[in-house]
Amino acid sequence: MKITEQEVRYVAGLANLSLSDAEVARFQGDLDQILGHMDKLNELDTGSAAPMSQVLYEAADTATLRPDVPAPPLGNQAALANAPDPGAGYYKVPLVIER
Amino acid sequence: MEIASLTIDQIREGLLARRFRAEELAAEALRFAQADNPKTGAYLHFSPERALAAARRVDEKIARGEEPGALAGVPVAVKDVIVTRGVRTTCGSKLLENYIPPYDATAIELLEAAGGVILGKTNCDEFAMGSSTENSAFGPVRNPVALDRVPGGSSGGSAAAVAQGTAVVSLGSDTGGSIRQPASFCGVSGVTPTYGRVSRYGLTAFASSLDHIGPFARTVKDAARVLGVIAGRDPRDSTSAEAPVPDYTNALDGNVKGLKLGLPREYLKDMTSESGSLINRGVEALRRLGCEVREISLPHTDYAIASYYIIATAEASSNLARYDGVRYTTRSADSATLADMYRNTRGEGFGAECKRRIMLGTYVLSAGYYDAYYLKAQKVRGLIARDFRQAFDEVDAVVAPVSPFPAFRLGEKVDDPLAMYLSDIFTITGSLAGIPCMSVPCGCTAEGLPVGMQILTRHFGESTMFKIADAFERAGGVN
Repeated sequence: MKITEQEVRYVAGLANLSLSDAEVARFQGDLDQILGHMDKLNELDTGSAAPMSQVLYEAADTATLRPDVPAPPLGNQAALANAPDPGAGYYKVPLVIER
Repeated sequence: MEIASLTIDQIREGLLARRFRAEELAAEALRFAQADNPKTGAYLHFSPERALAAARRVDEKIARGEEPGALAGVPVAVKDVIVTRGVRTTCGSKLLENYIPPYDATAIELLEAAGGVILGKTNCDEFAMGSSTENSAFGPVRNPVALDRVPGGSSGGSAAAVAQGTAVVSLGSDTGGSIRQPASFCGVSGVTPTYGRVSRYGLTAFASSLDHIGPFARTVKDAARVLGVIAGRDPRDSTSAEAPVPDYTNALDGNVKGLKLGLPREYLKDMTSESGSLINRGVEALRRLGCEVREISLPHTDYAIASYYIIATAEASSNLARYDGVRYTTRSADSATLADMYRNTRGEGFGAECKRRIMLGTYVLSAGYYDAYYLKAQKVRGLIARDFRQAFDEVDAVVAPVSPFPAFRLGEKVDDPLAMYLSDIFTITGSLAGIPCMSVPCGCTAEGLPVGMQILTRHFGESTMFKIADAFERAGGVN
């Protein structure tokens, strides 16, 4: 087995995802099957190959840079317009630190 | 005016000859789209005010004798993962059901600056994750060609709208085949340009190193026109490319004599199906037009699915971390702590496929597994890109199927995620390499289901790709 139910719960914790028991059981099966397929990569000796972390590798290192010129920001009101619980110009969240 | 079969050229001609005004066309297109939409559910919502305002700007330009733009008055549908200021953008997710973006994607700005008229936003798999549009939180889309079948995915609504005639062209997004596969299922052209050719600014991120915006159209020429409008460097997307944008329609001269086409040996075993035999007929048609066809090898093809589903899910698990109940409209009620609020919002908000991919991506990035999965997958990705570079030393373009099968029935494949992933084999290799690829209609099966042929070229080789697809289309495809 590639992944146990306990590991599924651990990964769900890392991903901040609450899962029902039924989902844990289902994902254990799904991930086990998918990770089994991914083992196929071990057939390949990739020892000397360079990881491809960007696509346009022929471009110069500075190709992705733009001049650092300040531009007007979105603005507080627009940025908060979709917030589920805005207040006093901020995003409000449940209490984090007990005083 | 036959609204369901208009082309960009016909609209331009009609506007400049003052046979109709852009506003009249927009109103008529909206009426038709809204009336006909229930058949397929291609659109999630419409943006009539925005459409009519854009059309009026076109009319004003024409009245002043100014050039109205390459897409003047053209009714466009936009996949609901591309943000539109003031127009709801849901990404097919319950989490963003009420999200109203405060800005426009660069592709949207460019479309409207060229006179495009955005009619509305189209349904898709949640956060563009899927191959059938059945993963949308707002219900599936039906294929206009066969209503009991899926339109493909994830850009199923954008493909369906163009096939149905409720838009002249549309925008979709493609990460592992999400434009090409629905284009093939619905019998229209769908283009995934070179990675970085079109700015991703305002495209909701799924897998940033693989995401593309691209057009759907009923003709190759219309697809080429739309790409010409939305392509180009954008300082707001650091991965957008500096390379100049040619007028792609200049390449559409029907002359493909002497072009060298490669048929990957590794794909041949999958080409014995009915879809495969149509692709073979397509290749024969291209040979009759004067192309030289030879077998080539893409030796790492068998490793593409594994590499893709590691890289794409790893990037997705990072990109989707932002939907935590703080900023984006939806928050789980009654969570006592911040951590519970995050977990419950995400647990209640994401659908099964998003959760599956977030889990997979988090797993392959987690401590102890990074080298074995993510790093390994990136190395394999490099080998797959090298396969294509070597192929393009020998040939001008690669010709391949888009999907192993035509549109399947709604519900037929929802219970087997791995089988669904494996069916992406022909589209994923090009996505990993970041090269331009498109699907062009290549006949229909005995049941009348469309099949698409894929044409892939080297980085920034879109002109060659369009030239071949257009010549094929002019010659009548496989008929």
